[in-house]
Amino acid sequence: MATGTPTDGYRDHPVRSYVLTGGRAHPSRNTLRPETLLCAVDDGRELPVGAGRHERALLETCRGTLALAELAAYLRLPTSLVAVLASDLVDGGYLAIRSQAPHDLPGLDLLEEVLDGLRRF
Amino acid sequence: MGSAGSEPRSGRHLAPTVQRSVKVLVVGAYGVGKTTLIGAVSEIPVLSTEETVTAASVGVDPRLGEKSTTTVAMDFGRVTVGGATALYLFGTPGQKRFWDLWAGLADGAVGALVVVDTRRLEDSFEVLDQLEEHTRLPVAVVVNEFPDAPRHPPDAVRTALDLPDDTPVVAGDLRERRQAVEALQALVAHAVRRAGGSVAA
Repeated sequence: MATGTPTDGYRDHPVRSYVLTGGRAHPSRNTLRPETLLCAVDDGRELPVGAGRHERALLETCRGTLALAELAAYLRLPTSLVAVLASDLVDGGYLAIRSQAPHDLPGLDLLEEVLDGLRRF
Repeated sequence: MGSAGSEPRSGRHLAPTVQRSVKVLVVGAYGVGKTTLIGAVSEIPVLSTEETVTAASVGVDPRLGEKSTTTVAMDFGRVTVGGATALYLFGTPGQKRFWDLWAGLADGAVGALVVVDTRRLEDSFEVLDQLEEHTRLPVAVVVNEFPDAPRHPPDAVRTALDLPDDTPVVAGDLRERRQAVEALQALVAHAVRRAGGSVAA
């Protein structure tokens, strides 16, 4: 099989994805990770008439909190593509980021909380 | 975030109390038991996304559409710890040719849990090399004790894999939740120590 360069390959998508995202391969923000928690904003505002079915399905699926990767799995779309769609919805105020991705490595307090949590199972 | 709808509609969604998320990479060769471990720990059925890996070494002409591509399935699961934190377990193939795919995944991870089958130890070398070369993630190794596999003491595995002295090596039947959780504990405890914390025995 073919290999790509570490910097390019992950961001490259076949044609179908470009069409769904209006030709863009990169999300408008780079803070969305597979584990980033997202939740639809419930303020009664409707998506614009021109919004695509994937955007609608995404918001419908995300009525409660889910991670980006979970959204992708339920929507049966690549995570990298859902990141682009979700990013636009966050920009538009339809979707909220519920967690901030830790910069670099998670801090000690978070690690200790996770360890304590695992020990309580 | 007060405007965000937080009423779960189904068991899929996280509890409204969950405020943050972290992830662990579960890395290993094909068939070594990554998904077994994830499934044993996860509070939701194991999910999968398909990611496309493309050859990007040559210039891309979007009009030509697909280049040489392959699809890699990534299995993952989730478990809520301590009420406010969602821990995601992402299973990724660790071989060099999949590096593109999981390079982005490694950012911000607690660490990498490397699943090993002692009957195919050589398959793990490439995975460990990739981790060492591309990341600074804390690493722990768990030997998946398949029912028909011969048993080896952890120190023998450590020597065979040429692991640093402080890398935790544990073993267990990863179909069992308790043993899968213990492997995760070993990794997170290692990460705590690496971050300067102390871990009670």
